[in-house]
Amino acid sequence: MSVEVWTWTIVILSFALYLGIGYWARVRETAGFYVAGRGVPPVANGAATAADWMSGASYISMAGLISFLGFDGAVYLMGWTGGYVLLALLLAPYLRKFGRYTVPEFVGDRYYSNLARVVAVIAAIFVSFVYAVPQLRGVGIVLSRYLGVDVATGVWAAVLVTAFIAVLGGMKGITWTQVAQYVVLITAYLIMGIALANLLTGNPIPQLAFTFSDFAVRLSELQVELGFKEYVAPFQNLSALNVFLITLTLMVGTAGLPHVIIRFYTVPKASDARWSAGWALIFIGLLYTTAPAIAVFSKYNLLNTLANKPLEEVRQIDWVQKWEKTGLLKLEDKNGDGILQMSGDPQVNEVTIDRDIIVLSTPEVAKLAPFIVGLVAAGGLAAALSTAAGLLIVIASAISHDLYTRLINPGASEATKLLIARVVIFLVVVLAAPFGINPPAFIAQLVAFAFGLAASTFFPAILLGIFDRRMNMQGAVAGMIVGLVFTASYIIGTKYLGWPNFVFGITAEGIGSIGMLLNFVVAYLVSRATPPPPQEIQRLVDEIRIPKGSAGSALEH
Amino acid sequence: MDREHLEAYWAKNLSLIRNLLVVWAVVAYVLGILLAPALNGIRLFGGPPLGFWIAQQGSIYVFIVLIFVYAARMQALDREYGVAD
Repeated sequence: MSVEVWTWTIVILSFALYLGIGYWARVRETAGFYVAGRGVPPVANGAATAADWMSGASYISMAGLISFLGFDGAVYLMGWTGGYVLLALLLAPYLRKFGRYTVPEFVGDRYYSNLARVVAVIAAIFVSFVYAVPQLRGVGIVLSRYLGVDVATGVWAAVLVTAFIAVLGGMKGITWTQVAQYVVLITAYLIMGIALANLLTGNPIPQLAFTFSDFAVRLSELQVELGFKEYVAPFQNLSALNVFLITLTLMVGTAGLPHVIIRFYTVPKASDARWSAGWALIFIGLLYTTAPAIAVFSKYNLLNTLANKPLEEVRQIDWVQKWEKTGLLKLEDKNGDGILQMSGDPQVNEVTIDRDIIVLSTPEVAKLAPFIVGLVAAGGLAAALSTAAGLLIVIASAISHDLYTRLINPGASEATKLLIARVVIFLVVVLAAPFGINPPAFIAQLVAFAFGLAASTFFPAILLGIFDRRMNMQGAVAGMIVGLVFTASYIIGTKYLGWPNFVFGITAEGIGSIGMLLNFVVAYLVSRATPPPPQEIQRLVDEIRIPKGSAGSALEH
Repeated sequence: MDREHLEAYWAKNLSLIRNLLVVWAVVAYVLGILLAPALNGIRLFGGPPLGFWIAQQGSIYVFIVLIFVYAARMQALDREYGVAD
C-alpha cells in the first residue's frame, strides 16, 4: 500500500477509536463532566496529562527548534519538564484536596472575592484560547500535508471530533481519549527516534544512543566547520541570564497553566495527585528525552547529506524532491558552482531548512516503512487534538461553571448545569474553528504571554493560598494585578512597541519570572499591612494541607 | 485533630519540599546552566560534554526521581501522622 493509503487508514482508524471512547465515556452528572467523576487512576491520569500537555508544536516543532538552538534548546527541555516538580510538590495534592472543578474556583473561594474569581476566569480563558488556536491549525496543517485535504476541512474535522467527545463526555470523555492519544503519539515518536538512532549509531534506544555516542560533538564540530555556531556550547543563541530566566518562566508557567492543573482534580485522592504528577513526567520525559536525540541525529544527517554535495546529486534524493516542493526546504546555487554551500553567513548559504522539517522528514530520511509515515501523521494529530480538547474544556468550564453556576445562577438544578455546560462547550469548540482556519497573525507570538501570565498571576496566587495562611484577598489581588500589568506591558512594549529589553536585556519570553517575583513581594507587603483573612478561610487552608478526607470530597459537591 | 499534631506534620512536609527543591534548583540552574560552560570540559561517557548532557537529558531524569521520592516519603508521613486519605 502507498504512503497515502496507509495514512488515510491509520488516521481514520484513530479518529474512530477516539469517537468510540468518547461515546463509551458519556456522562450524566456534572462531577463526571467537569472532573471525570474523580475516578481516573493515577497512571491513566499521567498519560492523559502528558497528551494534554504535549501539543502539536511539541510533537512537530520541538526537536527542530532544539536542533537549531543547540545547547540553548535546554530552556524548553528543562523548562517544560521541571515545572512538574513544582506542580507535584507545591500545588497538585492541595488543589485535589480542595476538590472543586476549576482553577478560578480555587482563587475565588480562597480569596473570598468574586473580583479575584472574575480576574482568574478572564486569565484562564485568555491563556487557554491563545493555546487552543494553534492546535486546531496544527491539525489542519498535518491533515493537509499528509492527506492533501485543505486546511479548513482539516480544522473542521478536528472540531467535530472534539465537539462530539467533549459534549457527550466532558472531562471524562476527554480524559480517556487523551490516554489513547498519548499511546498513538508516543508510539509514533519513539519509532522515529529508534529508527534514526539505530541507523546512525547502531544503538536502538535514542536516549542511550544520545548519551553514549559522540554524535553531539561531531555535529558541533561539523557546524563550526561550516561556519555555524557550536552545538554543544551554552549561550550561543541566548545570553546566560535569558537561558536562566526563560527556563524559570517556562517551569513556573507550566505549573500555573489551568489546563494542566485541572487534570489533577480527576484522580480519586490527594495522594494520587502526587503519584500522578510523577507518572505524567515519566510519560512526558519519554518524548522530551527522545527529542534532543532526534535533534542531534537528524541535524547531523541533514548537514552531512546536503553540505558541499553536488546539487544534481542532492536533487536525486527522494525526500529532498518532496520537501523542496513544499517550500520548507530551499536549495539555490547562488555562486553557480553546482555545489551546495552551507554556511552561517546568509550571503553564502545555499540551503534554507524550515525547522519543522526535522521531525516531519525523519521517517523518509530513515527510510521507514510507509505505514510508519502514516503513524507519524496520526501521532501529530493525536498531540494536537488532545491538547485542543484539554484547553477548550478549561474555557467552557470557566464560562459555564465559574460564571454561570457560581455567579449568575447558583441555584440551578443539576440538569440545567449539565445542559449549560454542554451547550457552552459546543459553542466554544465551534467558535474556535474560524480562528484555527485563519489564525490572527499575532497568535503564535502570544504564547510567551500565556506562560508569562500563568507564571506572574496564577502560580503565586495559588502557592500563597496554600502555603501562607495569612495571605488575604488584598495581598493576592494586588500581587496578581502588579504581576499581570508588569509582565503584560513588558511583553507588549518589547514585542510590539519597539521598546528595548530594558530590564537587564531580558527578553519577553523570560520576563514572567520577574513578574512572578514582583507578585510575591507585593502580595506579602500588602497582606501584612491589611487585616488577616476570616477565620473560616484560615480553617480552609488547614483543611487542604492534609490529604485525609479527599477521597470523599466528590460527595460534598 | 489537634493543632500541634498538624503543625508537626506540616513542618516535616515543608522541610522535605525544601530539600527536594534544593536538588531541583542545583541540578537545573547551577549544574545545567551556571556551571554548564565549566562542566562542558568533562566528557563523562565518552559521549556529549557533561554540561550539555545535564541540560538536555540528565536533568529530566532527576526531575522524575524527585517527584517519586516526594510521593513515597509523603505517603509514609501521611500514615505516620494518621492523615492518609
